[in-house]
Parts: sequence; structure tokens; C-alpha cells
Amino acid sequence: MLLIENILLALAGLKANKMRSFLTMLGIIIGIASVISIMMVGDSMKNKMMESYSDIGANTISLGVSQKVYDETEVKMTAKDYITPEMMESLMGRYKEKIEAVSLSKSTGSGKAEDHKKYANVNIMGVNTGFLDSKNLTILAGKTLTKKDQADARRIAMVSDKFVNNMYDGDINKALGKSVDILKDGKYATYTIIGVYKYVVSSYDFNSGNEKELATDLYIPLKVAITQSKEAEQYLNIDVIGKAGIDSQLLSTQMMEYLNTKFFQKNEKFEITSFSMEAMLQQMSQTMSTVKLAIAGIGAISLLVGGIGVMNIMMVSITERTREIGTRKALGATNGSIRLQFIMEAIVICLIGGIIGVILGIGIGTIITKIMGYLGHASVLSVTASVLFSIVFGVFFGYYPANKAAKLNPIDALRYE
Amino acid sequence: MKDDIIIDLKQILKKYYIGKPNELEILHGIDLCVKEGEFLSIVGASGSGKTTLMNIIGILDRPTEGEYILDGIDVCAAKDSELSHIRNQKIGFVFQTYNLIARTSALKNVELPMLYAGKERAGRIKKAEELLDLVGMQERKNHLPDELSGGQKQRVAIARALSNNPAILLADEPTGALDSKTGRMIMDLFHELNKNNGITIVLITHSEELAEETDRIITLKDGEIMSERKGNRICC
Repeated sequence: MLLIENILLALAGLKANKMRSFLTMLGIIIGIASVISIMMVGDSMKNKMMESYSDIGANTISLGVSQKVYDETEVKMTAKDYITPEMMESLMGRYKEKIEAVSLSKSTGSGKAEDHKKYANVNIMGVNTGFLDSKNLTILAGKTLTKKDQADARRIAMVSDKFVNNMYDGDINKALGKSVDILKDGKYATYTIIGVYKYVVSSYDFNSGNEKELATDLYIPLKVAITQSKEAEQYLNIDVIGKAGIDSQLLSTQMMEYLNTKFFQKNEKFEITSFSMEAMLQQMSQTMSTVKLAIAGIGAISLLVGGIGVMNIMMVSITERTREIGTRKALGATNGSIRLQFIMEAIVICLIGGIIGVILGIGIGTIITKIMGYLGHASVLSVTASVLFSIVFGVFFGYYPANKAAKLNPIDALRYE
Repeated sequence: MKDDIIIDLKQILKKYYIGKPNELEILHGIDLCVKEGEFLSIVGASGSGKTTLMNIIGILDRPTEGEYILDGIDVCAAKDSELSHIRNQKIGFVFQTYNLIARTSALKNVELPMLYAGKERAGRIKKAEELLDLVGMQERKNHLPDELSGGQKQRVAIARALSNNPAILLADEPTGALDSKTGRMIMDLFHELNKNNGITIVLITHSEELAEETDRIITLKDGEIMSERKGNRICC
């Protein structure tokens, strides 16, 4: 009963001093709003990263050659520093129950397909079947490159639907079986189109909006690309696709150690490093929680400052209302009811500030995440926690002034001018 | 002790700064009895100790020595935590400066002591409306103190003082801040309440003129009762 009266009284007090109430709440508003909006931005960043990494595939483990010591000088790589087919064979043999496939690709650079006035830009990629399997391509027409195509080093290619749009006016069936001349480094190479896949915008692409100029991947058998490059078959990094249900993180470490022990033991400058999607995600969530902690710290500081502001204004309010307190005591208010009144007032200030902060935070967060392009949400937990925290802050910062008010001597309080 | 004695003060002594070099004795042993239904006035110049006496009667302060029985309750024996309850139930304060709670309607102001007494809402409102009617403020029950004149504020304050049916109405210079015409109206209201409703009133004033209107006049001087005489109470 007294509680409701106190809330109404506090609201009337806030209404009477609108500007002052607002300024008092501002600290709390800014604190809560920043926490909520940054949480949303963090969520958005996480979604963005998740999407980027999901391009790689969940069971994919990357093995790569990297410099042992990083300093200013760049160490030249020699043939013995690369991952060779022998190493891969050995690796496949050692972990054959765990490895589904090895995804290999060799980019031979960008080129241009030309046919009279029509043209299309391409990135020529020599790929193996493991690569195509792990890519999860949608085949719109024709077929994919088979192991036999690989072994035979046939001069065939898979093109994207965008390529078909530019070269054959979008007629997929017309494209199939066509020979296409690709100009690269002033030389033409001819491939027969055997399949069309659906182009997916990857987060690595930085293409301009112009579809006419868009460069899409042209997949050719790996062996063809290697022959053309006139280099030995060697890789800077390879992707191993683990079988479903394996512990990819464990396999990642095992393979790295296996290669390092067996092939890179004597190499002074280079070694194999690995990372799995899982390890990546784990590391990322660790980074995110560190960031969140830092943000929580910033939020806590601004809330602390806001809380001190509330405490300050409560002290002022109590001094201003000394006579009122005296009167209330003369009318029979106990110390407890005076204390309750002022704590409630502080809670109401903090709670309203907290609610405005949540709304403002969600608003700001929504705008930022819209700009970032990835949706982020403020969790129900964080909103609830913010509101609860506001109440706790009200009690915490209201207690001292309220207690001071409660302990006022009624005689002195009544005579206060 | 007779049943109809509301206030019984015996040998009330009040000292300040006890044990310090500037120890000060304000009241030097006051004996005072107030009967139920009496309209008593306490007069005295400033510094005579009448405010201190009023604080003691109103249980805002405790005497250093002496005995105080208020409506059968030994106030001096009561714990600090009990005093606010006794105040709430037994004393109705009327202040010179009205002391209405700002931003709170007349009705809510009158409800306040009942709120502290823990009375339920419907009963509070009913009683508050009755009291506002009694002081002729029913029509302005929803007005805020800022919207009322001095006399009107004092009427609301009187209604508030009566809300828990106190044993006494303790009025400290109730007309001090009012012009003589309005002051007259407030005094008339006191007479009415005393005569028609049998309310015991203790009026603290420095005005001999107002004191003359009451049943009994206690004159304080230098912390002692200098004289006690009957007033020539006017009839209204």
C-alpha cells in the first residue's frame, strides 16, 4: 500500500522536475544504452564471422606452410618448403579412416573468355574432386568434374551461371558442350564446358555491382592447371575434409604434428600449422567474450558514474525536502517508511532511466547492425539483466541518502529553512 | 489520576548540551495537566521555552527528567521506535507554515497519517473526505497546496491533523502566517471543533489576544510556568 503511494509520489516528483530528472537519468541511460547497443553489434559481428567461416565447411581442416619465426625479413621459399603430393599421400595413408578427401586447388590467375563482342571475366582454378565436393556447389546443368576427368587431364571446364549470362545470354543448355577460348597472359586456351554451377556470393569477393565485369571461378581439372603452370605439383596450403563425426580439432593437431615430425623436422625456417573450423569458432567465441567483458567494464563504469549522479541528486532532493521529512515524521512516519520512500524514488529514477536506456540501446544497435549488414539481437537475458541492474543500482545508490533522510531529527527537520 | 486527563506532565526538565561547559536548562520542572475537551493556550515570549515544551508535548523530543503520561501511555518509557506510532495515533500537529506535502492533493495530504497508520484505502478516502467536509474544504479536495490560499492550506492541515482521531490537536502559532481576517476564521474553526466535536486543543502562541479566547492560559517565562488563569472564552 505504502509502496504504491511511494511510487506515485516519486513519479510526481520526477514530473515536477523534468529537466533535473532527465539529467539525473542520463548517466544510467547512456550506460545501459551503450551496453545494449554494443551487445547487438557484437552479436552482428559474430553472425558475420560465422557466415564467413561457414564457407569453409565445418569439418574442414586447413594445413599450411608458415614461417617459424616472424620478423621483418621475408624468408624465400624453396621447393622443399612446400607440401608435396608425397606428403599428402603419406598423410592420407596414416589417417585414412578419418579423412574423407583432400581439397586441392591451384589458381592460375584471371583470364577473359571472348566470343565476338561478348566476354566474361574468370578466375581460372585448377581443382580436384575433393575441392568440388567440399564446395557444395549447386549444379544447374551438365555434370561435375570426375576423378577420371582429373586423371585424363581433359581440357574441360565448369562455369558459373553468371558466366553463361554474359556469354550465352543466360541459355544454360546452349552453353553445355561449347568450346570456349580463354585469354590469359596473351595466350588462348580452349576448354569444353561440361557443367554450369550456381554462383554464390562469397564473403571474400569484392566485386563491384556490375555483373558484366564480374569475375567468377572457372573450374578445370587440377592436373591441367599444373601442366599449364609448368611448375612442380606443390602447395602452400591444403584443405583436408574430415569424415562426418570426427573430432576435427584433434585430427587437426594430429595431422600437423605428423607432417612436422615426418617432413619438416629438419626445416629450420618453415613448419606446418593447422586450424580447424571448430578451433576457429572456439577462438572467435573466446575473443568475443573478451570483447564483451571489456564492454561490460565500460558499461559498468558509466553506470557507476550514473549511479553516483543519482546519489548526488538524491542528497540534493533530501536537503530540499528536509521540512517535508520533518512533517512526515511529525505525522507518524517511522524511519523505515521515510527510508523506503527515498529508496523507492531512487529506484524509480534508475528504473525509468534503465528502460529508456534499453529502448535507446536497441534503437542505436538496430541502426548500426543495419549499416553493418548483419542482424544482431539483444538477448532477453541482457535486457532483463539491464532492468534488474537498474533496480539494484537504485537500491544501492539510494540507500545512503535515504538512510540519511530517515535519521533526520524531526525537530531540526521541521525548523529547517 | 482521573480518567479525563489527556496530558499529564510532572516535573518536566529539559537540558541541552548535558555534561558540556555550555549546558543549558530550558525547562525547570513543568507541571501541567490538560483535561479532555479543554482548549488550552500556552503563551510566552520567545526564549521562554514554549517551543521546547511543545516539542515535548508532541513527543518530538524527550524530557531530560520528569514524567509524561499521554492519554494513559507513559511516553518516557516508550522506545524510540514506538514514538512515531504514538505520534501518529495521539497527536495532531498544526504548524504555522501549514507544512502540507507539496505536489500532493489536499485529499492525499489528509490521507497521509492514515497511510502511516496502515489504514486501508477506501477507509482513508472516506475519512479524509469527511474531514475536508468538516473544515469546509470538500470542494477543493483535489487541489494541490500551491493552488490554495493560506487559510485554505491551514484548513487542510487541520483536517490532516484530525485524521487519526488524535487525543489532542497541537497547534503551533496556527494563525501566525495569516492575515487577521483569515486568522479569525481559523480560530473560529478551532472553537467549533472544540465545542461541537469535543476535540482537545493545545494552542501555542505569543499573542495574548488569541490566548484570551481559550479556556485556560498558561504563561511561560524563562522555562517556568509564571501564571495560570482562566481565559474569557468567547462564544461563536
